[in-house]
Amino acid sequence: MSVKRVGLPLMNVVKLRGTPILQQLLLEERLLRSSSANWCIVNDGTNRPNIVMGLSGKPCELVELEPVIRDRVPVMKRFTGGGTVIVDENTLFVSLICNRNDVPDVQPYPRSVMAWSGSLYSQVFNGIGDFQLRENDYVFGDRKFGGNAQSMTRNRWIHHTSFLWDYSESNMAYLKLPSRVPQYRLERDHTDFVCKMKDYIERAVFIEKTIKAVGTQFMLEELSLDEIDDSCREHIETTRLLTLDELKETLAKTTRSGSIAQAV
Amino acid sequence: MLKVVFYGTKKKKRKAKPPNPFLVKSIIILISRSVSALPLSLPDCCCCVSAFSLCFEISTKKMAARFLWASRVASHLRISIAQRGFASVVLKDLKYAESHEWVKIDGNKATFGITDHAQDHLGDVVYVELPDLGRSVSQGESFGAVESVKATSDINSPVSGKVVEVNEVLSESPGLVNTSPYEDGWIIKVELSDAEEAKKLMDSDKYSKFCEEEDAKH
Repeated sequence: MSVKRVGLPLMNVVKLRGTPILQQLLLEERLLRSSSANWCIVNDGTNRPNIVMGLSGKPCELVELEPVIRDRVPVMKRFTGGGTVIVDENTLFVSLICNRNDVPDVQPYPRSVMAWSGSLYSQVFNGIGDFQLRENDYVFGDRKFGGNAQSMTRNRWIHHTSFLWDYSESNMAYLKLPSRVPQYRLERDHTDFVCKMKDYIERAVFIEKTIKAVGTQFMLEELSLDEIDDSCREHIETTRLLTLDELKETLAKTTRSGSIAQAV
Repeated sequence: MLKVVFYGTKKKKRKAKPPNPFLVKSIIILISRSVSALPLSLPDCCCCVSAFSLCFEISTKKMAARFLWASRVASHLRISIAQRGFASVVLKDLKYAESHEWVKIDGNKATFGITDHAQDHLGDVVYVELPDLGRSVSQGESFGAVESVKATSDINSPVSGKVVEVNEVLSESPGLVNTSPYEDGWIIKVELSDAEEAKKLMDSDKYSKFCEEEDAKH
């Protein structure tokens, strides 16, 4: 249990910049499972393009394997649910790890946590664009700029978000259209479905306002990465990088299946 | 006066099959909504609801009568229904953990799954992470996970033991956890290491109340 000061539970804030996304996810998984504190992790862009799938993601269904293998784009699975993203230096990440008892109005279920996050970010984007939580996405109007994912353990949960500060069309081409899409997407293609956060808010302003919004519900204490106790690593890591051999094998199987289907 | 009468058919006798509690739940909800739509001034009205040929009389106090009727039907069918509106199905012959897993104990073996309350709150389950056979599980500790649209949620072991069987069908049909959480959606079977641990779990009535209290807080 975290220490309460002035009636608010404590939350440790860690500000990162350009930290590799694999390192960030491994850190988050460790903090969720091995720490008893609340954490807010902000990563202002990651170092290079990476593809990140949810726990059950299948590369053959979600990723254009040939160009990914050709261009050596890293592909990983994270410990949370949700869809597939390609992230780079123009993606901002905000992750909130909470003890359920420190957020007693929030049930440890997806809809409840999502609703809580929506109200938090409503403070951040107050008066900016037409911000909404739409199904499980953050949107301006009906265009998505933030995707969410969560993981729930017995007494804690994480809600993390990747915000599209900006994106490149060439990077988006590494991803397939997923079979499961939100209803509000309708039939829109990618360029009509997403928007860039940079068209609405300054980068530094967004980070400052987010931390301020979190500070309305928690007593904040800033820590550097080096100050985080990493001695406890007894949990099983689910986040992992897929190897090049795995991707090649998947591509080979997909190609063989496709050939057999054609022959039949 | 509330009376529930089951009309049988004239077919030859067959071995009774336990009713699907989720089908019953759906029918009870459908009938109770139909009842609530009826005006108060029909105390002698007899409503006949189709396929299962139920016939009942309605008292002037609609809400109390609806609940009383549902409770008696549920009791007859060995299921518990939370008062706040049939939010979840709870089976009487199971034990329950606070983390919303159920366990059915049969000798020195136990079968686990997640409850109707849990699947309802999680949403559509799209993936179930199953443990390896032979793995040890400990009471209260995570042994797997379910993924529902955007979230992964730990599945915690209600009792300790060794995994002897996993429900491989969930790999292709994870939605069984939603549609049949107590039957086809079972997750693992274990050989118990300490049968006394089951005493720490809740029975159906305590679990129903636990769910009501948990939902009432939010």
